[in-house]
Amino acid sequence: MWLAIIVAALGCYALKLAGLSLPERVLSNPLVERIADFIPVALLAALIAVQVWSDGPALTVDARTAGLGFAVVALLVRAPFLVVVIGAAVVSALVRLA
Amino acid sequence: MIRDGIAVGIATGTYGISFGAVAVTAGLSVLQACALSLLVFTGASQFALVGVVAAGGAPLSGAMTAILLGTRNTLYGLRLAPLLQFSGLRRVAAAQILIDESTAMAVNRGSAPAARVGFLSTGLAVFVLWNAATLLGALAGTAIGDPRTFGLDAAVGAAFLALLWPRLSDRRNQVVAVCAGAVALGLVPFTAAGVPVLAAGGVALLAGVLTHPSERP
Repeated sequence: MWLAIIVAALGCYALKLAGLSLPERVLSNPLVERIADFIPVALLAALIAVQVWSDGPALTVDARTAGLGFAVVALLVRAPFLVVVIGAAVVSALVRLA
Repeated sequence: MIRDGIAVGIATGTYGISFGAVAVTAGLSVLQACALSLLVFTGASQFALVGVVAAGGAPLSGAMTAILLGTRNTLYGLRLAPLLQFSGLRRVAAAQILIDESTAMAVNRGSAPAARVGFLSTGLAVFVLWNAATLLGALAGTAIGDPRTFGLDAAVGAAFLALLWPRLSDRRNQVVAVCAGAVALGLVPFTAAGVPVLAAGGVALLAGVLTHPSERP
């Protein structure tokens, strides 16, 4: 675990420093810019899918889906971050109790 | 402007509490959760690492996912560098607080001094509050034990959705998101935990190659 923390820390810091140090024209390559814009979208969507609908190697639909449903509604009404996250947790905990 | 920075810091600090709690319930120690917030200091990447570990993935594939998500900050840096005009040691120090929030509060300023005030006040406020909140959340998480009890496992998905949400107003991003989610789920039964998320990064590559520049809104 510590190795992963150190690798992530060095990698993320290097990427930040590179941004402040590289010449601006790196961005003028439209392909690089498009891919860079898509990466967070693809990874976050994949993380949501795996986090909510998988359990080990199995795909499942359980109380977490209800939590995500709450999050969608909360985001639609522009609720603050903490309301979205805690609300999702509470909703899925309640569904498990029911 | 400094007050704005502090307000943003308080808002993201609350998000740090969820990070600390989620990290500890994923199996990290309090010290490891705090080390992530101090050293990695970029929220989405930290949540990604912890999310992969929570799903039973290898910590190093979590680190790779974190680094891929961190490429976002390189783009921010490229846009901010001409505005901030930091060099030498100042640049080395400023790089650590180069994140979504500090970029947002600096990028629209007209002058270098104004951009610097926006960047530094927001970056420092978020850094202090994010780390304090992580410690609080981690200590609270230790008391919780099983993350399922209070639905903390569902909180992680909601946190990722909140981070993704602002980008979903773009039609092409919606397509990329759905495809990436489908690719990841399709791989879950056949690959080690952590791999599906990394593989979904391939969707971004493919989308970048297939999208025609003129389609850009």
